[in-house]
Amino acid sequence: MNENPLWASESFWKKVSVWVTAGSFLILVVLTLDSLSQTEVGGKRVQAYSVINKKIDYIYQADLHKFMPVIGETELLFGKEFTEEEAEKLVTLGKKTTQAKNCMNCHTLLGNGAYFAPDLTKAWLDKGWLSKELREDLMIKFLLDPENNARTFGSNRKMPNLHITPDEAKGVVAFLKWMSSIDTNGFPYNFKTIYATEE
Amino acid sequence: MNAKKLCGVANAKLNAFVTWTALDRTNLSAGRTLAVNYFIVAVILFFAQLLFGMIAATQFIFPNFLYGWLDFSVNRMVHINAMIVWMLYGFIGCTYWLLEDESQTEIVGLKYGKLAFWVLTIAVAVVVLVYLFIQIGAGNDTSLWLINEGREYIEAPRWADIGIVAVVLTFFYNVVATFSKGKWSGIAGVLTLDLVALAGLYVAGMFYMTNITHEQFWWWWVIHLWVEATWEVLVGVIMAWSLMKLLGVRRKIVTTWLYIEVALMFGSGILGLGHHYFWIGTPEYWLTIGGFFSALEPIPLVAMVVHAMYDAGSHSFKNSNHPAVAWIIAQAFGNFFGAGVWGFMHTLPQINLYTHGTQWSASHGHLAFFGAYATINIAFFYLAIQHWRGDVWMSGGAQNAWRWKWALGLLNVGVVGMTIALLIAGYEQSFIERAVEGSTWSGYFSAQNHPSFQSAMVWRWCFGLMTFAGLILLIWDLLTIGKGETRKMAVVDAE
Repeated sequence: MNENPLWASESFWKKVSVWVTAGSFLILVVLTLDSLSQTEVGGKRVQAYSVINKKIDYIYQADLHKFMPVIGETELLFGKEFTEEEAEKLVTLGKKTTQAKNCMNCHTLLGNGAYFAPDLTKAWLDKGWLSKELREDLMIKFLLDPENNARTFGSNRKMPNLHITPDEAKGVVAFLKWMSSIDTNGFPYNFKTIYATEE
Repeated sequence: MNAKKLCGVANAKLNAFVTWTALDRTNLSAGRTLAVNYFIVAVILFFAQLLFGMIAATQFIFPNFLYGWLDFSVNRMVHINAMIVWMLYGFIGCTYWLLEDESQTEIVGLKYGKLAFWVLTIAVAVVVLVYLFIQIGAGNDTSLWLINEGREYIEAPRWADIGIVAVVLTFFYNVVATFSKGKWSGIAGVLTLDLVALAGLYVAGMFYMTNITHEQFWWWWVIHLWVEATWEVLVGVIMAWSLMKLLGVRRKIVTTWLYIEVALMFGSGILGLGHHYFWIGTPEYWLTIGGFFSALEPIPLVAMVVHAMYDAGSHSFKNSNHPAVAWIIAQAFGNFFGAGVWGFMHTLPQINLYTHGTQWSASHGHLAFFGAYATINIAFFYLAIQHWRGDVWMSGGAQNAWRWKWALGLLNVGVVGMTIALLIAGYEQSFIERAVEGSTWSGYFSAQNHPSFQSAMVWRWCFGLMTFAGLILLIWDLLTIGKGETRKMAVVDAE
């Protein structure tokens, strides 16, 4: 009997480990290039920043068995129509603010982060903002002075004052509106938007 | 004058402490002296991890605790950053520890390695002080460069990122130059290639992007490909070397096993990255690829359990360092259950749609990081202390063995208890917040206010305290084990 068959030899597994690693990595690189091109801003999955000028909803698509973002007619943010360039500038300010204020270590964004405060993926569409007329104002007030405009839902958990400026607050709202339009493959499931409540 | 006096007192206390530990650095080679420096900082950061974890856990029960001073976001950031950094310190320490033995020569570029250690340690101290006392900045690039990048796990500001890369490159130089001067082996080859990947991947997380889908895509390249691929392989390397040393397993067997583990680990782990791409805006094909490959991820972990248990059993558990072997066995099971089973439980997209972003992840995270990485580092702390004391006896009948056994028990039961408590919270959250109420803010708080969630948080706190007690006992044991022991280390027979 062969004492050391091929499948138990060191050299065989050395080759297998190299080929498997190289092959997997190559597939990952190809898929990465494809995913990055499919998720460029302005594509079907990740909308242009100027989507903040539109009504965004999130509706169950029976044929796809999942919830999908639906971009509707014009619904201006802060009563202003932003060019693509202006919108990008505002969303960028908002995104940088969410990073500099460390939002992700209490909240989740696209479901990633900490679990001390609600998910922000569809925060723009949340029915907690009561109506679409009140929403912008409530969001800005909340961001500027969370202690006095706390939305604790009986939990006693309050967002601390993060010294957000009025411009940064507008940026954060724009960022949240833009993020709510991303096609997240149906996550979160069963989410009833502020529009669904109104209808 | 007062400050000077204070420094003098502190220095005297420190000297008295060092004398009390009775640890003699002349027992260590140059490379191992550097390794123990890394281990010391690792233990300090481990303590910080648990301290800030306890504060954050307290805030789940009493939200007003330290509100406005040390908010949850700060504590949680220090908790997870201290963990990542102490484990990295541990891994770097383990590598320096085995480097000279494996290459059979003296370490090359020791002075650069020492310099890198101090640069890294000072940088870590500054980053933590900024986290604690400055906390947040304005929404601009200056904040991201100097205070905090606000990205979970890799929050360190950009200046620190650049420093980390420079330090890792120095470490890499030490490793490659030493093996090149001495002897290459299968273990050396896998280690070197793994370190290239580990250092290279970090760069993927060093860019600002407004497109959050792209940003999270690259962010996961760093986090996932570190903790579910390159770190696992690094643990495989460390485990392979330690099984030879502790049990006398034949090199050919551990090397063959290491290649099998690399093939299985990278074969499942690289494309298993897809389970983080289900819901961040990336294409639908990731549901299939991520689901399939991440379902395979537990397989190499089963292989590691078989490997460690078979080798230990075939040597009738005869070994030169009982605490280290006990922690290696804990690693094999902790890695399999924490990373493998707990990861698999919520990795398929059909389940993950409801569990993503809930306490399920926290449950998995606690057991996986502890089981896979804390354990192997603790095993090395015991190896290090044995040699630091001059190769003393640490097999059966060692003095005060109850300490390491109780520390092992408290830490493991504590972490498993937290894991179960968080799992209950995760189940409840998935049902109430996700499935029933559809993830709205009111749904989120309905779940958080529910009695079963609230009581789970109390249980988590209690088991957290048990873990903390275990760590304090572990530190005491590490400082005292083998002190006054006159017998020499047991000799293990090589196969």
